[in-house]
Amino acid sequence: MSVLVFIDTNEGHVKKASLEAMTYGAKVAEQLGIAAEGVVVGTAKDDLAALGKYGVKKIHHVNNPALDHLDAQVFTKAIAEVATKTGAKVIVFSNNVDGKSIAPRLSARLKAALVSGAVALPDTSNGFIVKKNVFSGKAFANISLNTDVKIISLNPNAYQTIAGEGTAEVVIADVTIDTPKVKVTAVNKVSGEVPLTEAEIVVSAGRGLKGPENWKIVEDLAHALHAALACSRPVADAHWRPHNEHVGQTGTAIAPTLYIAIGISGAIQHLAGVNRSKVIVVINKDPEAPFFKAADYGIVGDAFEIVPKMTEAVKKIKG
Amino acid sequence: MKILVCISKTPDTTAKIAFTDNNTKFDTSGVQWIINPYDEWYSLVRAIELKEADASTVIHLITVGTADAEPIIRKALALGGDEAIRVNTANADSFYIASQIAEVAKQGGYDLVFTGKETIDYNGSSIGGMVAELLELPYISLATKFELGGNKATVTREIEGGEEVCEVNLPAVVSCQKGVAEQRIPNMRGIMAARTKPLKVVEPSAADTLTAVASFELPPPKAGVKLISPDNVEELVRLLKEEAKVI
Ligand SMILES: Cc1cc2nc3c(=O)[nH]c(=O)nc-3n(C[C@H](O)[C@H](O)[C@H](O)COP(=O)(O)OP(=O)(O)OC[C@H]3O[C@@H](n4cnc5c(N)ncnc54)[C@H](O)[C@@H]3O)c2cc1C
Repeated sequence: MSVLVFIDTNEGHVKKASLEAMTYGAKVAEQLGIAAEGVVVGTAKDDLAALGKYGVKKIHHVNNPALDHLDAQVFTKAIAEVATKTGAKVIVFSNNVDGKSIAPRLSARLKAALVSGAVALPDTSNGFIVKKNVFSGKAFANISLNTDVKIISLNPNAYQTIAGEGTAEVVIADVTIDTPKVKVTAVNKVSGEVPLTEAEIVVSAGRGLKGPENWKIVEDLAHALHAALACSRPVADAHWRPHNEHVGQTGTAIAPTLYIAIGISGAIQHLAGVNRSKVIVVINKDPEAPFFKAADYGIVGDAFEIVPKMTEAVKKIKG
Repeated sequence: MKILVCISKTPDTTAKIAFTDNNTKFDTSGVQWIINPYDEWYSLVRAIELKEADASTVIHLITVGTADAEPIIRKALALGGDEAIRVNTANADSFYIASQIAEVAKQGGYDLVFTGKETIDYNGSSIGGMVAELLELPYISLATKFELGGNKATVTREIEGGEEVCEVNLPAVVSCQKGVAEQRIPNMRGIMAARTKPLKVVEPSAADTLTAVASFELPPPKAGVKLISPDNVEELVRLLKEEAKVI
C-alpha cells in the first residue's frame, strides 16, 4: 500500500508545485501509516533519488521520451498501472495545468473519488474528508471521498514544501505506453519569467496604469522582487497585456505569499482569483477603492510616483 | 462536424456566498443564475464561430440539471446552437455529471466535446477529463486557441510559463478558457429564435457518485488594512520584510 504522488516535470525538471505535492503526500502517508512513493513520466534531468528528501521512499520512472509532452490519455493509463501495482490508496497531484488534465481522467478510469483544489491535509477522524476551494476562493467545501482509492489534487502554494533527509529508490516502471494521439508541434515559453501560478510574489496592475506603454514601472518592480506579472481583466481584454496574465474569477486563480495590486479597484470578480494570497498590498489613488477592504497593507496615492519609489526601496533592502 | 457544448448553471459572479442547513447547503435565496462564464464566453462562442465558418456544423448544448436550469440553456441557445439536451437530474458530483454527459455523447456521435475550463462555483476542472476518459478520447485541457482543419484540430494550451501548440485528430474533448473566443451578447433575433429551438429532456442513466459535500465554510475575515503614507514608501517595504516577512 502506498500514497502515490505524480511528480510533474517541465523540460525534465521537477516543478515546484510537485515538491509541495510530495511533501503533502508524505504527510498523508504518515497519517495512514503507509509509505509515500512517486511516479515520474517522461525524461528526467534532475536527480530523482534526491527527491527522497521530500519524503518519497520510492520513485517509479516511466522513462520514455515519447512522453516528454503531455497526452493525458497515455499518461493516465501509465499512472493507473503504477497505482494498481503499488496498491496506491491515495494518489496526489498538484492542481496545476497537468494535474487538471490527468487527475480527472484517472478518477474516471479507476472510479476513484477526486477532490481537486485541495488546500489542507485530509481529516481521517471520521471517513476521509478534504477541504477544497469553492466559489472561486470565496468559500471552502469539505469533501468526503467515498471510494477505496482516493485522488487529491493539491492547489499550488497551498502547502509548504519541507526538505528533510533521505534518498528515494528509483525503479523503472514497466507499464503500457500507448502512442500519444496529441502531437505537440511547438512550445512557446515566455522566457525568463516566473510562471504565474508558481510565483511566491505577484505584481499586478489594472486600468489605473492608463495604457500599455506605462507598464515599465510595474515590470521593474516585479523584476526587483523576482515576481510574476499579472493584470486585471479589462487590461487583458484591451490587449494591453497578454491573456495569461489575467487573474480573477474568469482568469487564473492564484495564491502567492505576496500580491501587490497597483491601480486595480478590487471588484468582486477580481478578488475572487487573488483573495487566497497570504499578504495583499494595494496601491490606489482612490481611498474608497474596495480593494483596501481586502488588503493587509495599502498606500493611497498615485501609482506613477509610488511604484518607482517602491522599486528603489526594494533594491536597497535586497542589497 | 457535430459539436457538443457543455453548459453549466452557476451563481452570478457578484452573488453573496452564504450557507444554510448547518453549513451543508448553498443559500440560493436572492441569487441570480448565469451560464458559467467559461462555457458561455469561450466554448459556446467558439462552437458558434466554427458553424459560421462551415454551415454544415451542428451544435448541441447539454446541461445536467433540474428544470430550473432551463432559463440558462435558453439563454445559451439565444447565442447560438441548434438544439439543447437537458439530463433531468439534480447535480450530484463531478463523476456522476460526467457519466451523464458521456452517455449522451456516446449516443450522439459527436466529433468534438467542448467544456469550459472549470465552473466558477465548484472550481473542479474535472468534467472534461472525466468525459474524455469515459469515452476513451484524447483530451486537451485549458485551451487558449482552437483551430479546425478538416478532421484535425490545432489547439494551443496553457502550460506553466507559456503555451504549447498541439495537434489531435477528432473526435476529442477540449476544455476552453480565455483566448479561445471573445464574449458575445445575445441579440433580439437570437433570443426570439431560441424560444422555438428544440430542448430535449432525457432521463439520467445509472451512474455512481464518488464524493459528497460534508460541509461548507467561509474564510475568516481579514484583520483590516494598515495604511502607510505615500511619502514613506520605504516603510512599506520594511514592513513587508520585517513584519509580514514576505520579501
Ligand atoms: C462575469 C464577470 C467576470 C469578471 N471576471 C473578472 C476577472 O476574472 N478578473 C478581473 O480583474 N475582473 C473581472 N471582471 C471585471 C471586474 O468587474 C472589474 O471591472 C475589473 O476588475 C476592473 O479592473 P480594474 O480594477 O483594472 O479597473 P477599474 O475598475 O477601472 O479600476 C482602476 C483603478 O485604478 C485606480 N487608479 C487610477 N489611476 C490611478 C493612479 N494614477 N494611481 C493609482 N491608482 C489609480 C482607480 O482609483 C481605480 O480603483 C469580471 C466582470 C464580470 C461581469
